[in-house]
Amino acid sequence: MTDVVLSTENLEKSYPGTPPVWALRGVDLVIQAGEAVAIVGPSGSGKSTLLHMMGTLDRPSAGSISIAGQPVQNLTDSELSAVRANHIGFVFQQFHLLPGYSARDNVADGVLYRGIELEARRAMADRALELVHLQDRAGHVAEKLSGGERQRVAVARAIVGRPDIILADEPTGNLDSKSSAAVVKLLRDLNEGGMTLVVITHDLEVAGEFPRMVELRDGAIINDRRAA
Amino acid sequence: MTDRSVLRPSDAVRVSLVGLKTRTTRAILSALGITIGIASMVAVLGLSESSKSDLIASLDRLGTNLLVVEAGGGIGFGSGTLTETAEVMVSRIGPVEAVAAVGAVDANVFRTDLVPSTRSGGLSVKVASPTLLDTLGGSMAEGRFLDDSANSLPVLVVGSVAADRLGIANFDGSAMLWVEDRWFGVIGVMDSLELAADLDRSVLMTEAAATTSFGYEGISESLYIRSQPEFIDSVIEVLPATADPENPDQVQVARPTDALEARAAAEGAFTALFLGLGLVALVVGGVGVANVMVISVLERRGEIGLRRALGATRRHVAVQFLGEALILATIGGVAGVALGAGVTAAYSATRGWTTLVPAIAIWGGLGASLLIGAIAGLYPARRAARLAPTEALRSV
Repeated sequence: MTDVVLSTENLEKSYPGTPPVWALRGVDLVIQAGEAVAIVGPSGSGKSTLLHMMGTLDRPSAGSISIAGQPVQNLTDSELSAVRANHIGFVFQQFHLLPGYSARDNVADGVLYRGIELEARRAMADRALELVHLQDRAGHVAEKLSGGERQRVAVARAIVGRPDIILADEPTGNLDSKSSAAVVKLLRDLNEGGMTLVVITHDLEVAGEFPRMVELRDGAIINDRRAA
Repeated sequence: MTDRSVLRPSDAVRVSLVGLKTRTTRAILSALGITIGIASMVAVLGLSESSKSDLIASLDRLGTNLLVVEAGGGIGFGSGTLTETAEVMVSRIGPVEAVAAVGAVDANVFRTDLVPSTRSGGLSVKVASPTLLDTLGGSMAEGRFLDDSANSLPVLVVGSVAADRLGIANFDGSAMLWVEDRWFGVIGVMDSLELAADLDRSVLMTEAAATTSFGYEGISESLYIRSQPEFIDSVIEVLPATADPENPDQVQVARPTDALEARAAAEGAFTALFLGLGLVALVVGGVGVANVMVISVLERRGEIGLRRALGATRRHVAVQFLGEALILATIGGVAGVALGAGVTAAYSATRGWTTLVPAIAIWGGLGASLLIGAIAGLYPARRAARLAPTEALRSV
């Protein structure tokens, strides 16, 4: 019996209007520790909204979410910040690295809001950079790195605090196919090392690399299958 | 596993420096407005203080206890001379420490006997008591002042302006001047007399020499008086009646240092005006910082979104941008204080003043820049903090 890291129950999100726009309608999703889940769907299918909900960056209109066993839909804004700081790691399509700062310092920012001392953060960052095979780039500033390297730095930043779950939003969206394959392999390796992972992508080929694929259309799950 | 989002104070400072590190030129330019405002205020206060200290030093050196007694001259106001007994009478007033008389000699002074007698050069010939130089607190540029050894000898002491106009550039003790119809030897040149500038344009001789050569009758036109400072008001009160008991209302008593004090007061009024202008510059600088910060918040939505995703609370984001505004303002303020003090020092050096930047200008300048920074940073910081994380992440 594995632990449930994240679960949603009847998750709904609508935006006001006439008629209201439904981004999510009744999503039930359970993610177990150690899983690697790809969420696929065409643009407008609600997958980014779902990721924002799971990442506590946005609040659902109805339904509930639990992260690490804790229901989060009624937490205050700063309590949600604490959940993100301590339990969730994000990887974004645009990398979001700070220019002018070294790869090490960018990765160290992954645990900035946990109140850990700078030197300890940097030591953690060096270990995370080893996991993404960029230890020799630790001192390079962000803009000196290639696209693939930048995304690997962003992945290192997401895993530096060993969060309960990594949420990746189109992590290969800005990469060429070679870098893309490298990042996907990295994510799979990390998952094999025990990291729980949710990857959002519109690329079925990328999605196919992960053992579980959840297909989303018009805000609802239409398919949820695990590789045999 | 803690369940709080924490930003250590040292990290708050670090994240506040991100904007400065990634957009250095813009940061410097936006701080420049505050620098100019603070610099002008510090310079105004510094210059006013330095010049005032110079005035006060002058007053200390010259003493504020000098009084000048003159006969009311002009049409309907008598002869323009004091009575013969005035000098002696005044010297008998208790608190009077020294009296020096100056009288006019009806003669003109020339460089040589070849200069036409109409070209008097605006210089006057006067009789002076040997005590005059000390009473005025003056000093000699060259040679010596009139003393008892001069007695009735045909010798002159020349005022600073008169020395210029008469061409006594290199004083070697052999210069001669032509007074009316005879030669006089020059025994000394005075430095400029700050409290009796009219004597700078005069040549002085002893009473005995004037009597011998020009039939001077010993009637002085002004008396310079040093009084004990604590009794100066009483002395002023009794002076007219003592100098001329018959017509006390025609005796004018002046205190030359009043003019210096009036100058100090007038400069104070200008200081307030320029301080106001400096304040305007400072406010404009603050608006500049606010403007740059608002743009910065718009440009850095992605970073704000990332920080929220990393666990920053709204307060942490607000602290970051407010901190950045404060750091910008502090840099501007420190540079402004340094620049203002530099301007004060440079200008004071050209004027020979002691450089004096009051502590209130330094601390007030830094305080004002911090205040301006806080006000300028408040709105952008609130905007940044209110940005929804999803919105911030979407818009890159």
